[in-house]
Amino acid sequence: MSFLSLQVNKSGRSVLMTGNEAITRGAIEAGLGYAASYPGSPTSEILANLGRLAKEYNFYAEWSVNEKVAIEEAAAASFAGLRSLCIAKQNGLNVALDSLVSISISGIKAGMVLVVGDDPGAHSSTNEEDSRLLSKVVHIPILEPSTPEEAKEMTLAAFQLSEKFKLPVTLRCVTRISHASGNVTLGEVEAVNKEAIFAQKDRFVTNAALHQMQEVKLAKLRQVADTLPFNTYFGPQNAKTIIIASGPSTLYALEAIDALDLENEVGVLKLGMTWPLPEKFLLEHLKHAEKVIFIEEIEPFNEENVMVLAAQHISKIYPLEFYGQRSGHVAGPKGPGIGEMDPDKVKQSIARVLGVDNKSEETDAKSSAKSETSDVPVREMAFCAGCPHRASFWAMKSAVALDGRKAVILGDIGCYSLALRRTGWTLPQTMHAMGSSAGIANGLGKLDRFNFKQPVIAVVGDSTFFHSTIPALVNARYTGAHFLLIVLDNGTTAMTGHQPHPGMSKNAMGEIVEGLQIEEVVKGLRIPVVTQDPFDLQGTTTVVLKLLRTEGTKVLVLRQPCALVAAKASTRPRVYINQEQCIGDDCGCSRFCSTTFSCPATIWDPLKGKAIIDEVVCNRCQVCVSLCPQGAIKVEEGANFGR
Amino acid sequence: MAAKVLNIIVTGVGGQGNVLASQVIATAAVDSGYYVSVGETFGASQRGGSVASHIRVSQIKPYGPLIPRGEADFILGFEPLETLRTFRDFGNSSTQVIMNIRPNYPLGVLLNEDHYPDIAVLTGGLRRKSQRLWDLEATELAVGLGLPVGTNMVMTGAFAGVYALQIQLETYETILKGMFDREILTLNLAAFRAGVKAVTI
Repeated sequence: MSFLSLQVNKSGRSVLMTGNEAITRGAIEAGLGYAASYPGSPTSEILANLGRLAKEYNFYAEWSVNEKVAIEEAAAASFAGLRSLCIAKQNGLNVALDSLVSISISGIKAGMVLVVGDDPGAHSSTNEEDSRLLSKVVHIPILEPSTPEEAKEMTLAAFQLSEKFKLPVTLRCVTRISHASGNVTLGEVEAVNKEAIFAQKDRFVTNAALHQMQEVKLAKLRQVADTLPFNTYFGPQNAKTIIIASGPSTLYALEAIDALDLENEVGVLKLGMTWPLPEKFLLEHLKHAEKVIFIEEIEPFNEENVMVLAAQHISKIYPLEFYGQRSGHVAGPKGPGIGEMDPDKVKQSIARVLGVDNKSEETDAKSSAKSETSDVPVREMAFCAGCPHRASFWAMKSAVALDGRKAVILGDIGCYSLALRRTGWTLPQTMHAMGSSAGIANGLGKLDRFNFKQPVIAVVGDSTFFHSTIPALVNARYTGAHFLLIVLDNGTTAMTGHQPHPGMSKNAMGEIVEGLQIEEVVKGLRIPVVTQDPFDLQGTTTVVLKLLRTEGTKVLVLRQPCALVAAKASTRPRVYINQEQCIGDDCGCSRFCSTTFSCPATIWDPLKGKAIIDEVVCNRCQVCVSLCPQGAIKVEEGANFGR
Repeated sequence: MAAKVLNIIVTGVGGQGNVLASQVIATAAVDSGYYVSVGETFGASQRGGSVASHIRVSQIKPYGPLIPRGEADFILGFEPLETLRTFRDFGNSSTQVIMNIRPNYPLGVLLNEDHYPDIAVLTGGLRRKSQRLWDLEATELAVGLGLPVGTNMVMTGAFAGVYALQIQLETYETILKGMFDREILTLNLAAFRAGVKAVTI
């Protein structure tokens, strides 16, 4: 996050780095030539930092339009002899998968590493997905770091393995690696080839006949896995119980064993390369064990792969019992595989398997703190103060009510997916993948032949528009679908941390480029397009209503910068509530500004019984001014005040 | 540091700058020769949700990035309700707490459906059940210095000023000097020093 550590250039020095920074640094030390990505939590910061460092270390970095293009570009760089990196979150790998499958078949040339950030517990995701299953389908090896330090070492090793076996290599991170920080030791930057050439003799083509070659590569990698230092065993030799763990779960397991005083009885086998498995190494330890406990995040990937290996060698390792997600022993309160691992879940799971007391579960000191339960309301996610999406959804809500035909609003992926919650009056009725709202609108928009009479609104953000909405618009134009596409253009990829996209006038490396106007694209498809400022609630409501009552495919661009960006550069005047004009609960408005519009900056002063603006939170959008029935919300006249 | 590991939680609401505060504290600890692990939640959660960073500092070895329940030694709370929530889950009777007393109301409270706890009652409860509570008007201090977004530096200063870790104030200030420039640096240093002062008197 701090970027500080990446500016240190002293090999051998230990600095604090997030896992994402460690991967960034690892790629630079490996002599990176080309990096491409589309933002997504938890891995967004890798390309953001690479973009800032590209010139200094002589490589290229870009925010691509989507992950499919990103992975194709990384492959291209590899074909031309440059070490390349592609970074995606789990859903991003889904987008890139079709291409990745064939890149694995064709093989590559220079080292190509794919960083995938999985999000157990779905902190910043719509789903919990285990991308390891996809890498297995693709026939490529998987490295799983357990600390930021190891994330850097594995990035270096991944480039070497990739180059040796002419296969992309996956570095599977989870949120508690990417967004965790720890001590990382800096190394030297390798001097590798940075001359790009597509050799005349080279061919990279997909052909089913190459399947055999993929299997040969995997068989060789299986042997290499046995020699990799990332697969290690901690604890007593010949332990009767071993825990097989990968990723940050390894540290939770070690801590749990320490807390349960089991260091002399239980061993921990850390799998750093989780596909293909280090079979000899595993079998050596399975032979001395009587019980195996699997601890990993999301799917029982290691669990099932190791059980298959064990079944194959059953005569040599019998008797042996397996505990994990499948047996139900390794689980949090919501069940096996649901939510991320943590030290408490791991300790409880181990205690459950071994039938030992889960020590210090309830000491007096802790239960005293726990008893401090006096009414702690939950904190829901909400649109920021001054967020243009609040205004946009308010206008949609009003227009849909005025229209009266039960219009269906289709949601999509971005900050505006929060509209599914109370902050957006739970308006959207569907939400799936990037650009899905427009695809679903294509379907609903042609059901008039089945007596479907409801108007359809698909909502996408500006970055989502470029990522995967355009093909759906082409389809709508071609097939004559009736729907209104609303593009909430806040001028950035806001949800993931304000990364640039093709509509903006700068790129990942900070260079000025010519941004592509959404309206230009839509006009090129000969679809009518209207642009409107969502802060003008009445005007926006009128436009939405009008477009709802127009046949065919229509696009409305609601343009207003993200509040977090606008606030930084703001010279907007102060907004306040005139305490004489606000008559509190006597008004009959039921505290409209705070309870209905529910901007976090408009709060209730219980002492005075009136509404007030929290000026530390307010981003001065002034939208609430038009909503107060008493006209008590005022904009300070005269001078503009910076923040 | 007598124990094997010192567990610190920085907690607040998305947008308060708590992630930056945790990075400054963790960097100061690494620069002072400790093993440090930080686990933090950001991304979607910055949109008005609860945000917490777990910082684990040890002289012996790197620990995992999450603190077990009930084992926080120190809670640096940017917002009262979040401090209470964190204390309830991770605190114990020897936990020390530094808390900014300015509330940030959750949506349920704005909607007049949930009740925000009375600050005096909340503070009293924490004072009784923790080892020690420092309650600060950190946001007001920051606003007074002309830097409303400087609450995080006031809180960082307060943490530095109670010396839960034997780290010199200069170490923190050197880190701030690497992060900010000119007027922004001056304002952030002033906020940091105001935080130190608030817990030293």
